[in-house]
Amino acid sequence: MIKVIFFAALREQLACSTIELAAQGINNVVELKKALIEQHPSWQPHFENTSLLYAVNKTVVDEQHSVSANDEVAFFPPVTGG
Amino acid sequence: MENLDNSIKLSIQNQDFIIADEITWLEQDNTDDGATVTFCGRVRQSNLNKQVFGLFLEHYPGMTEKTISDIIKKAQKKWKIGRISVIHRIGQLNVGEQIVFVGVTSPHRKDAYAANEFIMDFLKVQAPFWKKELTAEGETWLDAKQSDQDKAELWQVK
Repeated sequence: MIKVIFFAALREQLACSTIELAAQGINNVVELKKALIEQHPSWQPHFENTSLLYAVNKTVVDEQHSVSANDEVAFFPPVTGG
Repeated sequence: MENLDNSIKLSIQNQDFIIADEITWLEQDNTDDGATVTFCGRVRQSNLNKQVFGLFLEHYPGMTEKTISDIIKKAQKKWKIGRISVIHRIGQLNVGEQIVFVGVTSPHRKDAYAANEFIMDFLKVQAPFWKKELTAEGETWLDAKQSDQDKAELWQVK
């Protein structure tokens, strides 16, 4: 399984904080997004936001980064701490 | 609180902090360093003309600590610094409350000033925190500022 976590505004837009899905057929972040949209078509517009950031196992990566079983993948808007 | 080693203190916490206590931790039995530079960020009253009564701060547990530790390690490579304390609060914070603290000691002031600013600049653009502004009209997630990105990028040319 792949664990996906959403934060901040994105979590509220999707009304979802965490989801798990089968790793089969998912090799990178782009494919993970496709699989999530198949399950939840209403999420598509939110995933088209080009400022969205992705972290695999708590490191920020680009969309082409590999994803495999047991990974934790986070989707979030640009950060605003400090 | 996470003590990465005896010279680094990193804490993500709900509760407030006392700056004097942090300075004591930075300086106690520390006779190598002659300079202590501290920064404290607080919740402002007004942002873009809206009356703000507070903020809600969310973060990504685990990634926050990892990101800030990486920033501290980079600062340690760039400058001769002694002790470092970073505190960031989460949860609901009212106007005037302290949000973030960065304290750095060094033998001399130049490195302490630079390292403190570097840690704060990268914390702002890399550490996974998100602020929701609480106003009379409702709640709004804040947008990231390009000026913060520009400020952090300046370090690459320095």
